[in-house]
Amino acid sequence: MKGIFMVCGFIAIAFVLLITVYLIISGLPAIREVGLIDFLFGTRWDSANQTDPAYGILPFILTSIYGTAGAIVIGVPIGFLTAVFLAKVAPQPVAAVIRPAVDLLAGIPSVVYGLVGMMVLVPWIRTTFDVPAGDSLLAAIVVLAVMILPSIISVSETALKAVPKEYEEASLALGATELETYFRVTAPAAKSGIAAAVVLGVGRAIGEAMAILMVAGNVANMPSLLSSVKFLTTAIAGEMSYAAVGSLQRNALYSIGLVLFLFIMCINVFLNVFLKRNKEG
Amino acid sequence: MKKFACLGLSMVMALGLMTGCGNSNGTTGSATEDESATGSTSSTGSTTSQSTTTTGGNLTGTVNTAGSTSMKDVVAVLTECFAEIEPGVTINYTGSGSGAGVEGALTGTCDIGLASRALNDEEKAGGAVEHVVALDGVAIVVNTANAVEDLTVDQIAQIFKGEITNWSELGGADGEIAVFGREAGSGTRGAFEEIVGVVDSCAYTNEYSSTGDVIGNVASNPNAIGYASLSAVGDTVKAVKVNGVTPSEETVKDGTYEIQRPFVMVTKEGTELSEAAQAFLDFALSADSAEFISAAGAVSPNA
Amino acid sequence: MTKVMNTMVAKPTAVKYSKLSTQRKAYEWVMRSLLYLAAALTTLLLLFLMGYILVQGLPNLSWEFLTTQESVLKGTYGILPAIQNTVYVVLATLFIVLPLGVGAAIYLTEYATNHKLVTAIEFATETLSGIPSILYALVGMLVFCQVLGLGTTLLAGSLTLVIMTLPTIIRTTQESLKTVPQGYREGALGLGAGKWHMIRTIVLPNSIDGIVTGCILAIGRIVGESAVLMFTAGMSHTLQDFGSLEGLLRSSGGTLTVALYAYAKESAKFELAFSVAVVLLVITFCINLAAKLVGQKLRKK
Repeated sequence: MKGIFMVCGFIAIAFVLLITVYLIISGLPAIREVGLIDFLFGTRWDSANQTDPAYGILPFILTSIYGTAGAIVIGVPIGFLTAVFLAKVAPQPVAAVIRPAVDLLAGIPSVVYGLVGMMVLVPWIRTTFDVPAGDSLLAAIVVLAVMILPSIISVSETALKAVPKEYEEASLALGATELETYFRVTAPAAKSGIAAAVVLGVGRAIGEAMAILMVAGNVANMPSLLSSVKFLTTAIAGEMSYAAVGSLQRNALYSIGLVLFLFIMCINVFLNVFLKRNKEG
Repeated sequence: MKKFACLGLSMVMALGLMTGCGNSNGTTGSATEDESATGSTSSTGSTTSQSTTTTGGNLTGTVNTAGSTSMKDVVAVLTECFAEIEPGVTINYTGSGSGAGVEGALTGTCDIGLASRALNDEEKAGGAVEHVVALDGVAIVVNTANAVEDLTVDQIAQIFKGEITNWSELGGADGEIAVFGREAGSGTRGAFEEIVGVVDSCAYTNEYSSTGDVIGNVASNPNAIGYASLSAVGDTVKAVKVNGVTPSEETVKDGTYEIQRPFVMVTKEGTELSEAAQAFLDFALSADSAEFISAAGAVSPNA
Repeated sequence: MTKVMNTMVAKPTAVKYSKLSTQRKAYEWVMRSLLYLAAALTTLLLLFLMGYILVQGLPNLSWEFLTTQESVLKGTYGILPAIQNTVYVVLATLFIVLPLGVGAAIYLTEYATNHKLVTAIEFATETLSGIPSILYALVGMLVFCQVLGLGTTLLAGSLTLVIMTLPTIIRTTQESLKTVPQGYREGALGLGAGKWHMIRTIVLPNSIDGIVTGCILAIGRIVGESAVLMFTAGMSHTLQDFGSLEGLLRSSGGTLTVALYAYAKESAKFELAFSVAVVLLVITFCINLAAKLVGQKLRKK
């Protein structure tokens, strides 16, 4: 029996290797053909152009970074404050209502967020900012911020609750008010857990595809808040199904996948470090 | 109770281990074998349907089609009619874009590919075979509130190249034109850009991944212009006249409406279709299906 | 910390609000309003989302919509095929991932002795759970649809989802295996039971709740997934014939999330998309509830 279970255990490793090897093998040819510098820092992506195709993914990289950063800037403060509210301030019955609601928010499929974003946010942006079309980086940022909110709330709340009671009691006994205690004693003590929440949010935001495919407009522009943009993920999702096997376009999409994979691996390593420190501390 | 649960679980596990471990290499073989085995056996039940069957037999099987989102309605209608002739056959349709349809037929991820444009030489050289099932106009659609009724091909080209940027230049209300197009693998985009002469030079505000998406967004945006399959255009948007010709089945058929393209089903040369897939393809190309194709808003060349 | 100390008044009892300096009063006031504002924003957001989806989706939600398939000739719409496909994908995925995941967890907690190996497997699991679904879609499409020749089928989609849900099953099973008291194991082994016999009769039955929780979480992930299924399982919405072997292996089709996407993006039938959203919302709610109930039962033990 041991052998069988061992095989099961190794399957996880096998899957990771499969994905890694596949992405590297299929991702490298296009990078080699286009040239690493031109690929990563080229500002023009026009893969379907028959006379003069271009494969620069800087617009996607920047869009993904801006989009993620925007989502973090909006989502983290709200998420963190909500977590403090739930963990410390909220009366028991109120927390008992909001907490399952947050869980529900976490479980809603991403296409539902995309749908609501498409129907509410996009027309609102079009009329408010008086632009030709509302599909934009801004719409994507707001949708992403909403989507990362639940994980930020629940991870930060867990971290806040894990802070030993004695810290707070000592602070209160020294004359600090409750809120001063929460923000100046509890939160700093839980900072590695909260950092983990932020990194987790970054991971979710950078990897999301379907929801933002529905609101971002999908033109490979250099990112600006109100223009139609393409993310690393939506570039793959949008072009993957029709790019001919063996074509440079197809290979370039794998290369985008590889770049995205590297981003995610960095985030995973960060997350592991934070979580480990959290456990030890 | 616990014991039963445990027993059940271990049984599932044992079973699963067998299938799970065999999966990585075993399923390929069995899938294709089963396909040839079940795909070609006709069930022995007597034929109750007396419609004009092209093959006569009562087939069973699954036919996966994928590709052009413009062909959604045509395929749906054909599927429904075919279901009356061959109730044992399941026809699946995945709307992924014409490029994906050709690609799917060539790589074998689907049985029949769908493309809403003529195949190019490169694709034909790769072994793709085209079967024209219908002709369709590419309608130039604007919001129903837009006062512009008639555009020349030249004006359309200028709009899509970004040389005309305001509706007031065309006799409409003042407003910056939002130019909506399709994603790069779209057959509608390919056909439109080629006929209008704007290949590789379009300045799109947004690119959408399906016909319905373009129509939906044009319907909700008073300053938008886009292109979509005539068969999919309803009353939510307005199709403008091109060079004075109203897009309709008649003008597409007699060729006076200039922006038109074929709907084709794509197979791979040298790959034999399953009996069910072949029957569906024959039905789509037969004169029997012509009236259904026109019910879906396209024009059958086989009528 | 030192800054905190400096601002603190050395009083043994908690301070009264009225006795604070103006500066601290302002701090207190600002922070408290921010807290309530954030909590209110989150709650309002959820209420708005739910309300909007329900208002838009409920009017079109009928029994016919849930139990028929779409007909262009008759002009009717139905999502029965999508429901059927969702059930298929959930069952097929669980059928494969459950033995693999539980087996891996058993290996990690019961058999594994090499610490480095355990760390490697756990790191691999962590990595798998962090990979975004679009990359799974990319690899699944390559490996299962093209290289293994499964084509764009529900089976290929399920196999891709097996890789995606594996970490969830491993982690929850592992956690519940760890809660089984060591004494049970020692007792069984002491009575002469073999290791596998001990695991089968003592350890697994005692951790069944954890495994069920894992399944529920996995179902949640499968039901909510869209990118992977769109590219590996297709988007068809005709009823599939799962009665035959060919139907099981060769059917292609879209689940509920894919149907929602297709209604919203391909056919611009937004009211129908919202109806599907209502169905998904109800399923999500049930999954959360089930997970909570099982979790409570687990904790009681």
